[in-house]
Amino acid sequence: MNAFDMLLALALLLTAWRALAASDLFKGSVLFIVFGLLMAIAWARLTAPDIALAEAAIGAGLTGALLLDAVGHLRVGRRPRAQGSTEDGA
Amino acid sequence: MSRWLGVSVVLLCTLLALALVGAMLVLPDAPVRLPGEVAQRLGESGVDHAVTAVLLNFRGYDTLLEVAVLLLALLGMLAAGVAPLRPAPFAADPLLVALARTLAPLMVLVAGYLLWAGAFRPGGAFQAGAVLAAAGVLLRLAGFLPAWNAPALHLRVLLAAGFALFLLVAAAGLYFGAMLRYPQPGAGALILAIETGLTLSLGLILAGLFLAGPETPRARGGA
Amino acid sequence: MSIGLFYALVGGLLFALGVGGLILRPHLLSKILAFNILGSGAFLVLVGLGQRDGTPDPVPQAMVLTGIVVAVAATALALALARRLLDLSGDMVLPGEKAADEAEAGDQEAAPGDGPRGGA
Repeated sequence: MNAFDMLLALALLLTAWRALAASDLFKGSVLFIVFGLLMAIAWARLTAPDIALAEAAIGAGLTGALLLDAVGHLRVGRRPRAQGSTEDGA
Repeated sequence: MSRWLGVSVVLLCTLLALALVGAMLVLPDAPVRLPGEVAQRLGESGVDHAVTAVLLNFRGYDTLLEVAVLLLALLGMLAAGVAPLRPAPFAADPLLVALARTLAPLMVLVAGYLLWAGAFRPGGAFQAGAVLAAAGVLLRLAGFLPAWNAPALHLRVLLAAGFALFLLVAAAGLYFGAMLRYPQPGAGALILAIETGLTLSLGLILAGLFLAGPETPRARGGA
Repeated sequence: MSIGLFYALVGGLLFALGVGGLILRPHLLSKILAFNILGSGAFLVLVGLGQRDGTPDPVPQAMVLTGIVVAVAATALALALARRLLDLSGDMVLPGEKAADEAEAGDQEAAPGDGPRGGA
């Protein structure tokens, strides 16, 4: 364990926290993709190249695509209703 | 949620974190040394890479059921009837189209390499399937692949093929001796066959998680 | 402290962070995010504790490899169900949590930077 591991651990915890705390879901999803890529590096540090490969392709790539897709759907899906309701005060 | 409830949840989670960290720090050493055991029996497994040996030989049972879970998840998604995401024909960025044209064949090549490399170095069916799926997502985003909500027959067969092949090998083992115990000289070839089937099916299933949905009746009904 | 134990501890913290997010965030998409972070923490604990003594252990590595693939499938299924909920109820929030967090939903609505995809 060295300074790099410390930094990586800090970055992991920080991105995870920011991804959860972000009020904008698009921002949260992008931060989660960053988190996935950092996880891939963590797996490499743990001498687990198999998991690092899978995490980079799946954890960051595929999950990110799915999440961003859902965010896009959310924005399109909400628009018609937003006009009819006063909830958002728009 | 009231402020006090929020504060107490934060406090409880902090306690949970402390308890987890404390438990891990005082955890006694494991009584069995799995890496040594795996290394000892690696010669019998049919492959030279420990993780692949664990996945498809020593703990093949878990992997078999896990592929079933993946298939079920996709079926559940299709059954949920995902609503349209964006209008069916959309104009993709020309740069993205050019990129997809260049990258997709390379990604298929990488998937093939990972599948083959899995026998003796990091790689294998799961990573190869993931890369194939990523290629599928890229092609979808560039507009080359249609979305599918009700996969055609050939697609359904391919989706289930990996699991079916794995199940067949497992059941054949049951007939000849024990479930998922491969015959000694042919273990490597059998594992490669299973992995090839799994790569195709996993790639399709994982890509399907992204591709399933967009063009549903609501989109067509509106047109 | 070995590198395995170190990352296992980080995994424990991520797990607790995920649990907190899962409870505190009302939006289902945030809950799914929290669930994924919680899962990543559990994976780190599994692999990290398995190689506390410094030698890589292929058994938890193989388990986590399949676990990651299952996690993405579960995420996709959860997102599909959340979208279905959005279509049926007009919002991606569980019924019990709807009333309390209107303010937060308003924040998201007002968020700038609507993607190019939204304009189609």
